[in-house]
Amino acid sequence: MSDRVVRIAAGQGFWGDWLEAPVRQVRGGPIDYLMMDYLAEVTMSIMQKQKSRDPRAGYARDFVPLMERILPDVVERGIRVTSNAGGVNPRGCAEAVLEVAGRLGLGDRVRVGLVTGDDILGRLDELIARGHPLADMETGRPLAEIRDRVLAANAYLGMGPIVEALRGGADVVVTGRVTDTGLTLGPIFHEFGWSPEDWDKVAAGTVAGHIIECGAQASGGNLLKGWRSVKGMADPGFPIVEASPDGTFVVTKHPGTGGVVSVASVTEQLVYEMGDPRSYITPDGVADFTTIRLRQAGRDRVRVSGIRGSPRTPMLKVSIAYFYGYKAVGTLVYAWPEAYDKARAADRILRQRLADLGLEFEQILTEFVGVDATHGRLSGKPDPDAPEVQLRIGVRAPEKAPVERFTRELAPLVLTGPPSVTGFAGGRPAVEEVVAYWPALIDRGEIERHVKVEILGAGGGG
Amino acid sequence: MATRRTSKGGRRPSAGRAKGRGRSAAGRARMVQLRWLAHARSGDKGNTANVGLIALEPELYPVLVREVTAARVARHFRGMVSGVERFELPNLGALNFLLHDALDGGGTISLKTDAQGKVYSTALLRLEIPVPPALARRVLPR
Repeated sequence: MSDRVVRIAAGQGFWGDWLEAPVRQVRGGPIDYLMMDYLAEVTMSIMQKQKSRDPRAGYARDFVPLMERILPDVVERGIRVTSNAGGVNPRGCAEAVLEVAGRLGLGDRVRVGLVTGDDILGRLDELIARGHPLADMETGRPLAEIRDRVLAANAYLGMGPIVEALRGGADVVVTGRVTDTGLTLGPIFHEFGWSPEDWDKVAAGTVAGHIIECGAQASGGNLLKGWRSVKGMADPGFPIVEASPDGTFVVTKHPGTGGVVSVASVTEQLVYEMGDPRSYITPDGVADFTTIRLRQAGRDRVRVSGIRGSPRTPMLKVSIAYFYGYKAVGTLVYAWPEAYDKARAADRILRQRLADLGLEFEQILTEFVGVDATHGRLSGKPDPDAPEVQLRIGVRAPEKAPVERFTRELAPLVLTGPPSVTGFAGGRPAVEEVVAYWPALIDRGEIERHVKVEILGAGGGG
Repeated sequence: MATRRTSKGGRRPSAGRAKGRGRSAAGRARMVQLRWLAHARSGDKGNTANVGLIALEPELYPVLVREVTAARVARHFRGMVSGVERFELPNLGALNFLLHDALDGGGTISLKTDAQGKVYSTALLRLEIPVPPALARRVLPR
């Protein structure tokens, strides 16, 4: 069946994406898989913190009520779901999905595939002791320097355990730190039975995954070219990959939805967060983005072909999150006339007060929104007649106390600083904990022998 | 750079004469802002921002390759980044730029509004490059 296609639909591009998208993907037309990416680089540390307060937490909680909404349709239409919503507690997430299935009377129809083994927080000391420095990929510093501040540590898994879970009959696959692209590669490799060492096919699936992993950002959202002519964005169609057995695929969206799938929309997503385009490295293989061919193949259809790849590397990437310090950002709005000058005067006064108080910060950053906040000195000369300018000041320090005090120094400026100031209705800015990101590499074997796939529910045991 | 009508992101396109470049029978090159020649998207990886610069039409890609060099982009962003790398994607009519140390620490550490480099894309589109006058006339709005 050479014309057989497998349809993989993107339901979420990040934790906090449009909640209606997965519902519309499931109901708006035929799809075989719904993939939902929840994990940004620092998401795991947020989840780890939640888990430390409540052992049942630690995953993307939105996922469970969402599954409650879509499970009846998913079951009826035979759609399978892949998601890394499990965060640092994939088992808790999988059990919550099973509980929802039971409540919906679908307990005998839903099997959940559970993938574990990515979480190495509990193995860090053992790994360091056995000679894995887990050095920062950017700075080369060994992890031992910040070991006592580590909050989360997860290896990026690839498609392998997802393929295994699907082969084992899972209807919903819940994982922790699996790559965004693995959530798409898994279904394609499972369906076509490709060898995981067919590197061109791995590269093709990786590119497919990269195109849809940010949701509507490939189908009209955040599209710069001709943005005024993108219609229907109140109801954007999220992207869908129609994969073919020859390794080519079409990017499209459901009919009747807003947005656009064009060579321009796909190209903008392809270059998003790109490094060296000749080697886009994932746990599954290396894709060469300079081989990708795009062709408009009808309205809202882009055909993607020609993709070449090379073998996977012996290392896996590890994402480590560690406690760094505290920060706060506050704003005040100054009105015409001479709005920018007033905002600058306020900044000088505030900085003087912080200095007089003897507060020490690692950094104080001032931006003037409406003048230079996004493009810095490239913004050109400020408009002397600007209707208003927002003063935006951020501070960061290793200790909480100076940051806390800073948050109390903004409001007084309203009555003790330059005139025509407003916009302080939100009250004091919040003090935020800064969790920093430490990317490292580790031998693949150290991780892979700990990866485990279980099938829960519907008589599958567990 | 020679005489240049400045336009600050407004309606009036920026175009002037470039000194000593591109002289030919077709006349002197004109300076044109990249916004009329390319579109772009940017993102982050740690403290590095990337900007993918995509030709608005396939014929414009060779102009981008010739004029939007890593050195010129580094000058454009001087004081804002520590170094620039450029990669070519002729298959997509695109150039990819890595702007190192562009994000003030990046990710969660950065205090910047644009901590994740989302709008470095349009900051690059402010760059002016010399193009043949006939091309300038074609791409600039009337």
